[in-house]
Amino acid sequence: MELTTLGLYNQAIIVFAALVLFTSFVMLAQPRIQPLIYTFAWQGLLLAVVIVLAAIVSNHPHLYISAALTVVLKVGLIPWLLYRLSIRLNMNYETETITHPSMLLLSGAGLVVFSYFIAAPIVHLSGLATRNTIAVSIAVELLGMLIMIARKTAMAQVIGFMSIENGLFFAAVVSTYGMPLIVELGVAFDVMVASILFGVFFFHLRDSFDSLDVSHLNRLSETDEAMPLPEAAEVKQP
Amino acid sequence: MNSLAMSSLTIAWVMAALQTLIFIAAAPLMAGWVKRLKCHMQNRAAPAVWQPYRDLAKLMRKDMVLAENASWLFRATPYIVFGATLLAAAAVPLVVVHLPTAAIADLIVLVGFFALARFFTALAALDIGTAFGGMGASREMTVAALAEPAMLMVVFTLAMTAGTTNLSTATEAVLQAGVVLRPSFLFALFALAMVAVAECGRIPVDNPATHLELTMLHEAMILEYGGRHLALIEWAAQIKLMIYAVLIVDFFFPWGIARDFNAVSLTIGVIAGTAKVMLLAMLLVVWETVLAKIRLFRAPQFLGFAFLLALLGMLTSVVLETGS
Repeated sequence: MELTTLGLYNQAIIVFAALVLFTSFVMLAQPRIQPLIYTFAWQGLLLAVVIVLAAIVSNHPHLYISAALTVVLKVGLIPWLLYRLSIRLNMNYETETITHPSMLLLSGAGLVVFSYFIAAPIVHLSGLATRNTIAVSIAVELLGMLIMIARKTAMAQVIGFMSIENGLFFAAVVSTYGMPLIVELGVAFDVMVASILFGVFFFHLRDSFDSLDVSHLNRLSETDEAMPLPEAAEVKQP
Repeated sequence: MNSLAMSSLTIAWVMAALQTLIFIAAAPLMAGWVKRLKCHMQNRAAPAVWQPYRDLAKLMRKDMVLAENASWLFRATPYIVFGATLLAAAAVPLVVVHLPTAAIADLIVLVGFFALARFFTALAALDIGTAFGGMGASREMTVAALAEPAMLMVVFTLAMTAGTTNLSTATEAVLQAGVVLRPSFLFALFALAMVAVAECGRIPVDNPATHLELTMLHEAMILEYGGRHLALIEWAAQIKLMIYAVLIVDFFFPWGIARDFNAVSLTIGVIAGTAKVMLLAMLLVVWETVLAKIRLFRAPQFLGFAFLLALLGMLTSVVLETGS
């Protein structure tokens, strides 16, 4: 569908959708914790703008509630919780070394192409004016997954997880003008509970390993301890 | 009838020559304006806006000192650089679109002109055999190798929307479309601005005002030049900055540019063009004042980000604007 045939509101939806995608890329390569949290909050805000614009265009008033929910949870509560956690854990100025940032960004661009490819059949079926943005919403989900795969600190992985949720919400809004309200409320509640659970998980992780680098979890704890000598075992025998 | 067509063609060529003259004559003025604004911004006493003209005139009068082992390449380079930049300036519509010179070069050739000028500058820097020349050449080529793909990606993004790589036609296409919110243009604008900053040797990639050996890129290459040669190279650098400014204006804010040779529309074109370039120079000054020069090893990250923006522009133009 050509952009010039759309109204100004629909064009604005497309611009803000592109900006949501851009924030995903920023999160992918942002090594510092605090700007990462801010970028996540920005993504929530841009998503809320998309939802409000979609509500205006499609005349679906229940989307305003979704937008309000997004602002309260994804712009206010969750970034605030994560920010407080990062201060309490004394990691708000920490930077994570990202190996091969350009490779990461290029593979992200590859994911956008891939999601364009898999969204093509859905786009053909849909009759909505926002149907072009379906590919972008799938790309936001996949990029969130890439953040979880590529980043090592627990904080970045949690933000990747939340960004997947942003992508799901986005996809629901642009492909069918939103899920039923009860489902949205349930998902929002789940995400809120998840963010609290992640906080507990952070503290456990720091207590056990003295860092939030989740690659420590890959190691078996037994291999680090000194192996008991075979002679010592024999001496004990009689 | 035939004589009428002939005369209109003559007028078009005269206009083209005039526009190119205005372009190269105004380039030092823009450099002076940028310098003056920057001084005001940093609470320093500012030179007059005419200062670059005085500098160029002084350099033109001065004798040249050539190194003993300088070859013909070293002597020819300033003219090649100036010539290539002049041709590039002729192809960019400043006041009016649809000039015969627009057919000289499309955007890809424009990038090629800059590459040609840079190639010869680097060769001349190596020709003398001083340490600074070699160092500057290697740094400049590093930056160029990263900036050029980003620039070409921007060009392709714009060409996909406009349906042509010809600058004049593309400007008209943007004008005709009216107000359309295009995310690809948004990304391309920022990518082009970052590439322009890197290519023109401005902060944060290079500092045009310094001759500190550890930080200079472009200045290190032209350290051995003096007199008329230096004047030509500096003038070419000023024209290049102006070309990038006008490119940004032409693509993203073309409103006001003249589309015929009517006196009224030409006046509007001159006024609008001047105002837009002046505004853009103000933005450049603010950008240069708030940012510090980055380390050379972080320049690839800066340009990698520009490339990503250009790539996103391309992707959004396919995914969001064209659709399937």
